[in-house]
Amino acid sequence: MARFRYPALVLLGLAALILAPRGEGNYIIFIFTSWLTYSIAAMGLNLTLGYSGQISLAQASFMGIGAYITALLTLAGLPWIVGMLAAVAATFVVGLALGFPALRVKGHFLAFVTLAFNTLFFLVARNEDWLTGGNYGLSGMPRPNLIFASTMKNLPFYYFTLGVFVVAAALMWWIVHSPWGRAFKGLRENPVRAESLGVDTTRLTLLAFAIGSAYGGLAGALVSPLVQYIDPGSFALGISLKILLMVVVGGAGYFYGPMLGAAIVILLPEVLRFTEGYYLMIYATAVIVLMVFSPRGLMGLGERLWHRLTRPARQVRADMAGGAQL
Amino acid sequence: MAQFLQVLLSGLSTGSIYALAAIGFTLVWQAAQTVNFAQGEFVMLPAFFVLIGVHWLGMPLWLALIFGLILSMIVLGLLFKVLIVEPMLPNGGLPLIIATMALSILLKEGTKQFYGAEAQPYPGLFPQATMTLGGAVISVQDVMNLLVSLAIVVGLTLFLNRTRTGRCMQATAQSPAVAEILGVNTRRMVLYAFLINAALAALASFLISPIYLAKFSNGENLGLIAFIAAIIGGFNQIRGAIAGGLLIGVLDNLTATYITAEYRAAIPLILLIAVILWKPEGLLGTSEGRNV
Amino acid sequence: MSRPVLSVRNITKSFGGIKAVQGVSFDVAPGEVLGLIGPNGSGKSTLFNCVLGQYRPDSGEVLVNGRKVGGQRACDLNKMGVGRTFQQLSVFPGMSVLDNILLAGQEHKGSMLSRLFGPRDAGLTGEAEKMIEFFRLGHLRDTLAGALSYGQQKLVDAAMAFMAGPTLVLLDEPAGGVNLTMLGALKDRLIAYNRDHGTSFVVIEHNMEFVMSLCTRIIVLAEGRIIAEGAPEEVRSNQMVIDAYLGG
Repeated sequence: MARFRYPALVLLGLAALILAPRGEGNYIIFIFTSWLTYSIAAMGLNLTLGYSGQISLAQASFMGIGAYITALLTLAGLPWIVGMLAAVAATFVVGLALGFPALRVKGHFLAFVTLAFNTLFFLVARNEDWLTGGNYGLSGMPRPNLIFASTMKNLPFYYFTLGVFVVAAALMWWIVHSPWGRAFKGLRENPVRAESLGVDTTRLTLLAFAIGSAYGGLAGALVSPLVQYIDPGSFALGISLKILLMVVVGGAGYFYGPMLGAAIVILLPEVLRFTEGYYLMIYATAVIVLMVFSPRGLMGLGERLWHRLTRPARQVRADMAGGAQL
Repeated sequence: MAQFLQVLLSGLSTGSIYALAAIGFTLVWQAAQTVNFAQGEFVMLPAFFVLIGVHWLGMPLWLALIFGLILSMIVLGLLFKVLIVEPMLPNGGLPLIIATMALSILLKEGTKQFYGAEAQPYPGLFPQATMTLGGAVISVQDVMNLLVSLAIVVGLTLFLNRTRTGRCMQATAQSPAVAEILGVNTRRMVLYAFLINAALAALASFLISPIYLAKFSNGENLGLIAFIAAIIGGFNQIRGAIAGGLLIGVLDNLTATYITAEYRAAIPLILLIAVILWKPEGLLGTSEGRNV
Repeated sequence: MSRPVLSVRNITKSFGGIKAVQGVSFDVAPGEVLGLIGPNGSGKSTLFNCVLGQYRPDSGEVLVNGRKVGGQRACDLNKMGVGRTFQQLSVFPGMSVLDNILLAGQEHKGSMLSRLFGPRDAGLTGEAEKMIEFFRLGHLRDTLAGALSYGQQKLVDAAMAFMAGPTLVLLDEPAGGVNLTMLGALKDRLIAYNRDHGTSFVVIEHNMEFVMSLCTRIIVLAEGRIIAEGAPEEVRSNQMVIDAYLGG
């Protein structure tokens, strides 16, 4: 029975995702769609940070690169799929390039390099108006036209996004459960030992960035038709921090962590709407408290509670224990 | 030439204020391996403490400044250490980075909620006069800011090198284990580092707020500049932070005046990436004490 | 005699003005267990790092299975058939024992791309379980490595070094910090592995008892030179060795 339990739960979750927007208003459907989109970006960062232990504060810029590429290509009349493929390819390559600093520096130095990259991207997007529309951004991107249905309405676009999300999640599941996933974790846990066991940590570090960034690009390719308006501010450093929060609050290094984290970061403002301006303060305080009591995020907290009920305590993960230099 | 002098001096002046924030950043890093992502907000907030003192408590400016300084040391020094850094140390670096990011949001939003989103006029410490020197028009405020910051830096350096407490702090920063064996109360030294950081941030706040006005979002840029100054100068020492701060201040002004206003913000970032990649120990740094 | 697994030829390495290793040469035959001992600062670690390609010697060369070592990355050296353990604990604490062992073997299976599309365990589960059993860790197969005792982690570390079937394994102070019971188990397993697979070992160790009973031949270094060489009992009674250790 136990081996059917997990697939059954996944199917149940999928069914919930299919049924969730039924009968909901446009706004709620929009919120759900952006949750799926940000989940994809956060999933990518989770590979880079959670599984491979390489901090990046540039995920929003990859969303931005993906969004601008998709916007420009679809505005030029090309189909969405072409824009998406171009966005994923471009962010893969740029991510690969951003991985090179990670070969030289770790921890907070890497955080600053990626942070600087994100801000540079913002400046370029703002200043090169001939390409990006500057502060006014780009608007009016068409939504993809599928053979069987248009996605101009919000509900079909939600299902379209859900489809992309499921494929992206399945691919990520495959990667992290393959020998690559084990090697990525080795890179996180003990890079020197991994290297001595034949793990090509150079190639792996670059791949961790490239794949993570490509997921950012994919999310950007969805943001473009979802919002149908993009400007540099949508991909500023603050958004990168938001994606980082999603990963860490949900639980870095857990497959479902980024989805949970994205749900909280995106949906919580709606729930806490009654608190008006105090929402961000409540949120920030909650994050600080969470980091004190459960540095492995909500998934880690849940796991700990579960194990307290079933099994004795587990050991702290290496990147968390030895990370004082970060 | 006259214009160049003006640009240079005003660059040095803001640069020296950046240096104060960068030094604090370095001290906390040395003492507790804490990268404080809320450092910018630490510079933003004390100005509001002073405004509270002046407008709500009716204090004269000099008293409000002292009030602001002490309140900063309690909130941004003591409470920051006790409530956030200490409980998180056993959890390692990443959670602490996240927590200081959340703290920066908390301070920013809190200020916005309690004091308003508009920029608040802030009382200047020095007359708004100008003087001419060799054909260059120089603002008294710039000169005074530079002199005051330099005086603070000199005072701090003397404290660290000439007093027993200062030397104990340095020993703690270099090797806590050895300092402990030598009988240094390392916990207290770490606390001093946090208090000094808060005081430096407060002083930087008092000096820079008359220029930028007091606004809840001031910290965004200031924090980034403080990191960059600390890193390009040399993350593990004070003179590096000073050099980094001055360099960025001057470079920023020169770029804006002579090259490009649009990309002026890019120059420190590119400098940062270049330094981290090619000389990660910083321009003046030594390789020891760096964790790669 | 067949070709030596490791051949160290006239290695010299200095730091600043200090000569850490001066003209050291030795060979390691297939199946041999060589101990490198010497007082602190005798150049053991420098020599070790030259063999691992971490340091480039000022002169002389190191050959592994006839191929020159130097300048390779650690992962490439490992693929030349050199395994190693570390002085400090060196496992992957957040992964299960089985995953630790699988990771130690998987990079030697197929290409990177074929591993992505191949089976999750790279087809190594059976082999890994055998290795875990061999080191008597079977009951801990699914435990996180970080939750094991110090001695158990040392066993995992050693098991990982053997997983890819190396011809030469460098053991860096394997006995350090291990309690007596575990030490016996570790020595027993190392000897058994050497007997079963004919893998050569080079051991750096401070624990004389351990070295003398594990190794078939011992080289004594002092001030960067070899001062004695031979079977354990010969070295034990050598006056020069006793002097070197007692600071004579």
